[in-house]
Amino acid sequence: MFEAFQFEFMRNALMAGLLASIACGIVGVYVVVKKIVSMSGGIAHASFGGIGLGYLLNFSPVLGAMFFSLLSALTMGLVTRRTRLPEDTAIGILWAIGMALGVIFIGLSPGFAPDLMSYLFGNILTVPLSDLYLMAGLDLVILVLTVAFYKEFLLLSFDEEFGTVAGMPVDGLYLLLLCMVALTVVVLIRVVGMILVIAMLAFPAAMARQFTHDIRKMMVLSVILGMIFTFGGLWISYLLNHASGATIILLSGLTLLATYIVKALQHRTKVRFTR
Amino acid sequence: MASGDIVRLENVWVSYNGTPALEDVNLTVGEHDFLGVIGPNGGGKSTLLKVILGLIRPQRGIVTVLGNLPERSRSSIGYVPQHSDYDRDFPVSVMEVVLMGRYGKRGMLKPYDGKDREAAEKALARVGMLSHARAQIGQLSGGQQQRTFIARALVSDPALLLLDEPTASVDTAMQTDFYELLEKLKNEMAIIMVSHDIGAVSVFVDKIACLNVRLYYHGTREITPEILEATYKCPVQLIAHGDIPHRVLREH
Repeated sequence: MFEAFQFEFMRNALMAGLLASIACGIVGVYVVVKKIVSMSGGIAHASFGGIGLGYLLNFSPVLGAMFFSLLSALTMGLVTRRTRLPEDTAIGILWAIGMALGVIFIGLSPGFAPDLMSYLFGNILTVPLSDLYLMAGLDLVILVLTVAFYKEFLLLSFDEEFGTVAGMPVDGLYLLLLCMVALTVVVLIRVVGMILVIAMLAFPAAMARQFTHDIRKMMVLSVILGMIFTFGGLWISYLLNHASGATIILLSGLTLLATYIVKALQHRTKVRFTR
Repeated sequence: MASGDIVRLENVWVSYNGTPALEDVNLTVGEHDFLGVIGPNGGGKSTLLKVILGLIRPQRGIVTVLGNLPERSRSSIGYVPQHSDYDRDFPVSVMEVVLMGRYGKRGMLKPYDGKDREAAEKALARVGMLSHARAQIGQLSGGQQQRTFIARALVSDPALLLLDEPTASVDTAMQTDFYELLEKLKNEMAIIMVSHDIGAVSVFVDKIACLNVRLYYHGTREITPEILEATYKCPVQLIAHGDIPHRVLREH
């Protein structure tokens, strides 16, 4: 497989995989323990509106996606906190509106939309250098925020009511966390595509959770798992000539499933022996 | 009014979408009082605690905690929420949970320091949980989890301890231990405990109030059958307090 790395696109692909694993490993842990997986799915899909806007107004669709995902994160957060609309209803509405806007914008833009598929389903092999810099910058923002607000996010995820009583601005921190999810969506969009982002946010963290009860170790482990999945998926897709994003997702999904099955079997044997 | 009152509620009214939760509630809790509030589910017990915490603002009436608005006094309140529904798998250790109680003292963006850890260890030692400091919260028994949450409330040296249904997740054998712990704590702070478990509450607390939207309270721990019937809207087994607690069964 090593002959593959002499190509620049392959080196860029590995760099993109590394940067994506950092963002999704860290933020994914909060997404899993705070149980905002479907909220994150909504934020990711609503970003399609921004991709469309980028095509229509002729600027980078990735920047458009960033603008839309941040906007939808703030809107969803505010709507679920400040109105009586149930959370899943709010998610559904914004999810669909964002995607519908994207379809309209792309329809309005002149000519054919190049690389549309790569934004939807990801193509780690075509990540341009400029996007790598953006991804690295966003990773840095996510890292700094995670370290700075470590104790706040832990309290927010574990016991919001107690946080309020202790005088913590829980609503503001919740919005900040959703914005970090939005930034992660942008980091991941080139690698697995906006439709599959949710899997990369949830799978490595969910798997890491089975091996540790320390949230910091869980983050480190889920970053490592993310790298194994992206590099493994990239390699398999290279060998079999499949779409890279989908291969990465299938590899991580099947591995996660396998660990659950092994755990369940172990548990059953343990029960049988203790009887 | 004595200036040493810890909690004072005057003519407090709360309703949710027109459904009354608290009607004309008056209550005074002094220093070192141990008050048990009993009443049926949906009788407004949690609402009462949230009013005292300043999480719910009453439509009418006055609430003061330590002579201030409840929001202002929060750093002096130790709160033990009802924890039947929290995520037992959450990746957090006993020590980290107790440190959360120092949040109010530490504030935003500053990590917990050695002083916070010392205070957390002291609080854990007080509830007899220091040896479990590194355990994940979900690996503990119900009684041990309860002690952890009490330690989290104690770590900020509160003047008032609020407990919401504390016996719900504790098995009966552990409950005596639990009340003995509270017995010790009441020498240092006022305690308000809400519960639907009449038997468990009445033996240990100093004063009992019955709450079913309206609060029936006479400043003692004697409850008459009439008060209980008014609270629960049906005849109830009554526990009388003699030297040995025993049950008085009334005809249904």
